[in-house]
Order: sequence, then structure tokens, then C-alpha cells
Amino acid sequence: MTFRGWLLPLALIAPQVIISAVFFFYPAGQAIWQSLFIPDPFGLSARFVGLGNFEFLLSDRFYRTSFLTTAVFSILVTLCSMVPALFLAVIADRLIKGSGIYRTLLIWPYAVAPAVAGVLWLFMFNTRVGVISWYLGQLGYDWNHVLNGGEAMGLVVVASAWGRISYNFLFFFAALQAVPRSVIEAAAIDGAHFWRRFFTIVLPLITPTAFFLLVVNIVYAFFETFGVIHTITGGGPQQSTTILVYKVFSDGFVGQDLGSSAAQSVILLFVVGLLTVVQFKYIEKRVHY
Amino acid sequence: MASEKHGMVERRGAGLWLTHAFMILGVLVIFFPIWLAFVASTVTQPEIVSPPMPIWPGDQFWENYSAALFSGVNVPVMTMLGNSLVMAIGIAVGKIIISLLSAFAIVYFKFPGRTTFFWLIFLTLMLPVEVRIVPTFEVVAGFGMLNSYSGLIFPLIASATATFLFRQFFMTIPDELAEAARVDGARPMRFFWDIVVPMSRTNIAALFVILFIYGWNQYLWPLLITTDPEMNTIVMGIKQMFPSGDDVAEWPVIMATSILAMVPPVIVVVSMQKLFVRGLVDSEK
Repeated sequence: MTFRGWLLPLALIAPQVIISAVFFFYPAGQAIWQSLFIPDPFGLSARFVGLGNFEFLLSDRFYRTSFLTTAVFSILVTLCSMVPALFLAVIADRLIKGSGIYRTLLIWPYAVAPAVAGVLWLFMFNTRVGVISWYLGQLGYDWNHVLNGGEAMGLVVVASAWGRISYNFLFFFAALQAVPRSVIEAAAIDGAHFWRRFFTIVLPLITPTAFFLLVVNIVYAFFETFGVIHTITGGGPQQSTTILVYKVFSDGFVGQDLGSSAAQSVILLFVVGLLTVVQFKYIEKRVHY
Repeated sequence: MASEKHGMVERRGAGLWLTHAFMILGVLVIFFPIWLAFVASTVTQPEIVSPPMPIWPGDQFWENYSAALFSGVNVPVMTMLGNSLVMAIGIAVGKIIISLLSAFAIVYFKFPGRTTFFWLIFLTLMLPVEVRIVPTFEVVAGFGMLNSYSGLIFPLIASATATFLFRQFFMTIPDELAEAARVDGARPMRFFWDIVVPMSRTNIAALFVILFIYGWNQYLWPLLITTDPEMNTIVMGIKQMFPSGDDVAEWPVIMATSILAMVPPVIVVVSMQKLFVRGLVDSEK
């Protein structure tokens, strides 16, 4: 049932439409437009280059490396946040008493901003004062993420995955609690031991949740980990932790290469679009469950 | 149910203890970075720069926290906390208001362009601010909104998640209620205030928790548009406290600031846990 009139609804929807237009569609349009130009060094005029910025980017070694870095980074972040979360959720699900307390304790890190998480992990692994790097030194391992790209990657992955464990835990735990006890008990009566029950009954039932988390975590790793990278490594050493979003920032704001940064924004736009489509396809499917 | 859960699938004895042991170990590992930050915020600089640092809190709690809150490095942390609070509440309240209104318009009215507007809003779901930073920055600079609260807030409230949530919820409100309101001659806005808003209370609260944390934890956007330290938010300001070059960072003050940056969102999450979990699950649907 609907009310009559069209002036009122237009007035009601106006704030959101105006804000979206000014801060969303106009900037997105600008990004697409700017990606077709190369501004001169003084910013006075711009030369139309068509798809030149894109051609240049796709043949640029650094940009291709950044794609690879992003892929490695997001796969590692997703794995490192989902596997421990699932493990903890499976254990918590077995408890009758106390799982509520554990849940409260585990929720905490979700509230910690990625940038703050970055500072915490940087502190532990700092080459001069870090506790963990110091103990590693005692064990004969010389930790230095400032010079070693692999160690830098490891550190930003762990710092990014850390807070996400809480988030994934909440969803896995809720999914596990929703698995009917009777099904599990029936399998137990048939003599299936815990791990067998887990892999043949529980895991298939929570696959929708796992798939959902997979997509959400990849989106997180792509776009929300900027704070971690910026606080810990600044994209270094030798660009070994420069993920795509970081490159948009460093080329656009630090390097002032606006055409290239805009073209990178457009490419990222496609990536986001693709991920959203995947997400919605899946949600559509989940409705039929 | 708990009694139903009692059965052969529940471990007892040694197994149960092992389960608890694993849980506690997991919690400890996850908590360790926060604990260490807290310890570092209660000891002196010399204790930190000669590793390994202590593992138990020291007696410098008040000294470090007051140094951070009232003098800070570039700007007192108190100022940054205030800015973060304004930004987080501004984003949460702003987003809730504009999406309540637009969802109400979409669900309860038929007007020219309804479908078009709906899809326009839908499209904004797909575009995080990280992707469009340079042009959005130019727009905000053009409006003279750099170093202002409106510059911090407005670009981040243009997102469709909340609108969808409210739309979903409004569609579950029984038609009879709106019908009755119309028969009684109530104006649409009367219906909105007397029925729709009160019924959405829980959803509004749940959304507030999620959006508050979203706003509080923003990093890139405040980093770009607050060049004046007086306008820094606490989450982005921590990084600015590290010296450039070879100077040694003032770790106790920095770690005290990190703890202060966590306290408000953690309080919100833990005290409103039920609402938070609900908001999280709802907003991802």
C-alpha cells in the first residue's frame, strides 16, 4: 500500500540522492574522465590520450607487480583470518557453558581500527624495540621487515588478519549453532567420530557462510587494509607491500600522477563491481536455501 | 537448547578441559598485542628502548596518559578524541537519517523516477571511498571543506547499505498499519513518526553501533583532508606521532594513544554486544 503525492517522496529521497550525486557519481565520473588524459606538469592543461593511461598501466612492470602483490596479500589475509576463526568457532560450539564469555572476549579486536592494529603489530616487530623481533634475535633469526620484503608482507598480512578473526568467528559460530543437533546426534549414534561428523555433515552445512565470508574478506583485504600498510610499511620495501589501493594513493597524492591514478581508480572500480556481482549472485542463491 | 545439547556429542572430563584450554590459548594469543600495548603505555621510555620490554604493567600510567591527553605530540590527544567523536557520531546519525527518509519514500510512495533513484542508490553500494579518492578530494576542496567536520562526514554518509536495511525492514511492517493510518486521515509524515520510526528502534540502534565503529575507524579519508593537526582524528593521528627520520619514537605516549583510540569502539561493541551482532549480520545480508 502506498501514499499519494510525489512532491513529498522526492523531498524525502533528495538528501541521499544529492549527497550520492555530489560525493559519489560526480567523482566517479571525474575518475573515468581524468583517466583519458595526461595533465601537463604544471596542471594547466591536459592532453587527451584515450586509453593511453590504461595501455601504459597494463604494460607497466610496477603495476603488474602490484596486482600480483594484491592477489598474494588478499589470499593470505583471507586464509589467516578464516582458518583460525573456524577452528575457534568449532571449539566454542562444543562448549555448553562459557561459550558466551569467549565470544565476548573474542569480539574485542573487531573494534580495533586497522590502522591501530598496524601500530600494535609494528610495535611488537619493531627492529629496535620490538619484543618479538628481540626474541627472534635471541633465537638467531635476524628480523628486519624494513629491508626484507617477505617479512614485510608477513607482518602486514598478520596485522590485517588479526582483527578479522573476530568478525569471522562471529559468523562461523552463529552458523555452527544453527546446525541441527539431531543430525549430529544421529551421526554420532551411527558411530561417526567428531572429525568425521565435522567433514561430512557440519562443513557442508556451513559452506554458504564460508563462501560469504570468503568474498567479504577479499573485499576487506582489497580496500580496507590501507591503514595497516600505511602505518607499517608505507608500501615498501621496494614496493613489496604496495597493494592496488595503496598505489592509487601513492601515485595520485604523493606522486601527483593524476591520469595514471584515475585510470587505476577505474580499474579498481571494475574489480569492486565484479566482487559485488559475485556477492549478489551468491546472496540470490542463499535465499533459496 | 542446553539440555538438548547434553548428549553423546558433548565432550566431558579431559576432553572438556582440553577444549577450554584451546579456547583460552586462542583468546590469549588474540589479546597479546593489546596487552603489550597496554603495558607499554604504563612504563618509561628507557624501559622500552632497551629490549626486551617488561611484560607486566609499570607505574607510569597516569604520567603517560596525561602526557598524551593534554600535550600529545603535534596536538593534544584530547582534541583528536573530540574530532573522532564528532566524525563517528556525525556519520552514524547522518547516514541513519538520510536512509530512513529515502527508504520510507521508496517503500511507501509511488512517484516518478522511483525505480531510477533506487538503482542510483544501489550503485553506490559498489564504490568504497578508497577507489575514488582523488576526484572526491577535489570536490571537497572545491567546496572549501578541507579541515572541516562536514568534509570528514558528508563523503562517507553516501552509501546504500543502511537504505537497503531499512527498506527490507519497512516491507515487513504489516500493510494494515499504513492502511489504518490512511483511513484515519493521518498524513504520511505522521505515520512515519508515530509508527515507522518507533518500530525501527532496534534496527536503528543496531545500525548505529556498526556505523559508529565504521566512522571511528576511518583512516585514509581523514589522512587526506585534515592537513591541520587540530582537525586530526585519533586513528589517523597516531601515525603522525612517529618522528620522521632517525629520531626515536615516544613509545609510551604513542601506545597510550593507541589504547585511547580503542576504548570508545570497544566499549560500544562490548556493551551493546547483542545489538552489534545483530547489526553485523543484518547489514551483511
